[in-house]
Amino acid sequence: MNFDALFGNLAQHTVDGLSKGAIYALVALGYTLVYGVLRLINFAHSEIFMVGTFAILGTWSLLGITDTPSIGMAIVYLLIGLLVGAAASGATALTVERVAYRRLRRMNAPPLIFLITAIGVSLVLVEIYALWMAGFFSGRGFSENRLVIGIPAMLKQETVISVAGANITNVQIIMVVSALVMLYGLDQFINRTRYGRGVRAVAQNPDTAALMGVHQDRVIMLVFVLGGLMAGAAALLWNMRYGITKFDIGFVIGLKAFTAAVLGGIGNLRGALLGGLLLGVIEVYAATLTRSTWEDVAAFVVLVVVLIFRPTGLLGESLGKARA
Amino acid sequence: MTEALRQFNERRRHAFGGMADRWRALPRWQRWLGVLAGIAFLYYLPFLGDIPGTNLIIPGLDWFRTDSIAGGSNWAGVLFVCALYVLVAIGLNVVIGLAGLLDLGYVGFYAVGAYSVALFGSTQSPVVQSMQRQFGLSEEWAVAWAVCIPIALAFSLVAGVLLGWPTLRLRGDYLAIVTLGFGEIIRIVAKNSGWAGQAQGVAGIPGPEGPPSADNTVFGLLKIEPWYWLALTVVLLMVLLVRRLEHSRVGRSWLAIREDEDAAAVMGVYPFKFKLWAFAIGAALGGLSGLLFASRSTFIQPETFNVQLSILFVAMVVVGGSGNMAGVALGAFLLAYLPERFRDFSEYRVLAFGLALVLIMLLRPQGLLPSRRRTRELQDRAKEAAVNVA
Repeated sequence: MNFDALFGNLAQHTVDGLSKGAIYALVALGYTLVYGVLRLINFAHSEIFMVGTFAILGTWSLLGITDTPSIGMAIVYLLIGLLVGAAASGATALTVERVAYRRLRRMNAPPLIFLITAIGVSLVLVEIYALWMAGFFSGRGFSENRLVIGIPAMLKQETVISVAGANITNVQIIMVVSALVMLYGLDQFINRTRYGRGVRAVAQNPDTAALMGVHQDRVIMLVFVLGGLMAGAAALLWNMRYGITKFDIGFVIGLKAFTAAVLGGIGNLRGALLGGLLLGVIEVYAATLTRSTWEDVAAFVVLVVVLIFRPTGLLGESLGKARA
Repeated sequence: MTEALRQFNERRRHAFGGMADRWRALPRWQRWLGVLAGIAFLYYLPFLGDIPGTNLIIPGLDWFRTDSIAGGSNWAGVLFVCALYVLVAIGLNVVIGLAGLLDLGYVGFYAVGAYSVALFGSTQSPVVQSMQRQFGLSEEWAVAWAVCIPIALAFSLVAGVLLGWPTLRLRGDYLAIVTLGFGEIIRIVAKNSGWAGQAQGVAGIPGPEGPPSADNTVFGLLKIEPWYWLALTVVLLMVLLVRRLEHSRVGRSWLAIREDEDAAAVMGVYPFKFKLWAFAIGAALGGLSGLLFASRSTFIQPETFNVQLSILFVAMVVVGGSGNMAGVALGAFLLAYLPERFRDFSEYRVLAFGLALVLIMLLRPQGLLPSRRRTRELQDRAKEAAVNVA
């Protein structure tokens, strides 16, 4: 245990953890939304995030970006990336729902069956990218590419503020702020709009909601799209921060994001944010303490401990209870 | 399209459903004869297409062998893996099919079994070497293979109880994720711990004839048929055992818990106790197949025991027909055999696997060879389906 490394620079590790957690939080929102409405772990959600990273990479290479552009252009490119990433992820999420889940929902199949189809869909997506799309988006035509692919940096990551010994970079600020903004927007959407009311109604009681005239299928599609949009945004942040992608990056991020969702209370939007940020911080602390070897174990240990002592997560499960 | 599908299903049910009924209607001695012939055929499988002791070949059967294609794997080796996976599927079926608990970390128990025999049986393992130093033993000393079997069983049983104790109170899908995490933790611990050989793994794992060497006459490195027969024998014994268990009080309790936990509890079946039993028994079977795997390959490393393998295990059970032992055995066999036989498409095998999972689950959620009870449950659920006001 390397406590000196941790406490010597606690503020820095916290900042790193929070920015890492922002990505977990945005991906976790997708799990939480779908779980809140359907009581179903959308195992393929991690791949929806992966699709987003590649779509953004593809757009940027299509625009011919190889080097860091000027600030003005960078903002334009980032916005384009956000749109494309959100669109690609949202469309993939919708397709997954149509292809893999709708028929099973009609049959009222047990959750195990959903999980297996989700695993199947996720394998299919990963392989489609490994065999064809990863090569295509990295500009080598439809060819097999199972390697790590670099993404051109939009913003040069540089320190803008130093607080208590922590150097906070511009990208880190963007990450945390945009996660907060996205959550706020989603929260307002679910709580204030007509569509959001539909989502909450179906989450509370699907049958009654249907009797009250809520179009269940449409609500479920909406939920998948919303989750996809959040994953697309997370993909953009990922590309900015880490600048790499790979056909199988979804898996680990998905697992962590799901842990974050459970940690905060699955079905609870604010819980997803809290869980994501917390998990990011815990992971960075654990990685510092053990020199990275036990980083991945920390997430699972946290998950198990939370589930044993507080199975409903820190903030409780409540998409249906209108507290979102 | 759905209409055509339903008609097809009707016709199939007519043909095959009738077959199962006709089988059950046969006199007992005829059924016994059938089972014995089936077992004999399983033992004959490594020679498929040949008549042992002669140079004659049976034309046509050769096509099924994996070594009939260019660059194909050793046929007995593939059969050995099939038998291992069938054993895994039978164990996982106790957990998923009978008790209805979704375990996505089953590879963890498989790893515990494999590592038990590796760490106690191999002279090259850090554990054995430290024991040699502690007790002043010779450098050839290691725990005998036969003693490793109860050790592996005990360790995987304990691992099952340790995992089950805190987690079995969780709801189904939470359990899935926690077990998934457990499988990963086992792998990462093995990878990071010096006493488990770290990322290089452990070599020199013994088999029934002791440490791997060229002098082993029966369970050698090149001749794989004996390994297959050993695994097949273990499978048959375990089928017998689990079958008895399934029809006992314990088995009935599992089914009751799977169908309605609260109702079972009201009727005096304590769910936690029986779930833990299912977990422990499943874990022990997983450990046993891990042990066979490690003994045969004489060398293991942590990366073998990844999540993908866990997912493959669950897929075997669900695709085959969870709850029905013949079904899960079929599922395990197909998922191990098909990718080997159709190696030409190996580039697309994961893709095909994913597509197959989706299609089978959409068109036949009860699995290829479902248990009758399970099929009825699914039909019940469809009737209870939520109203869908379009």
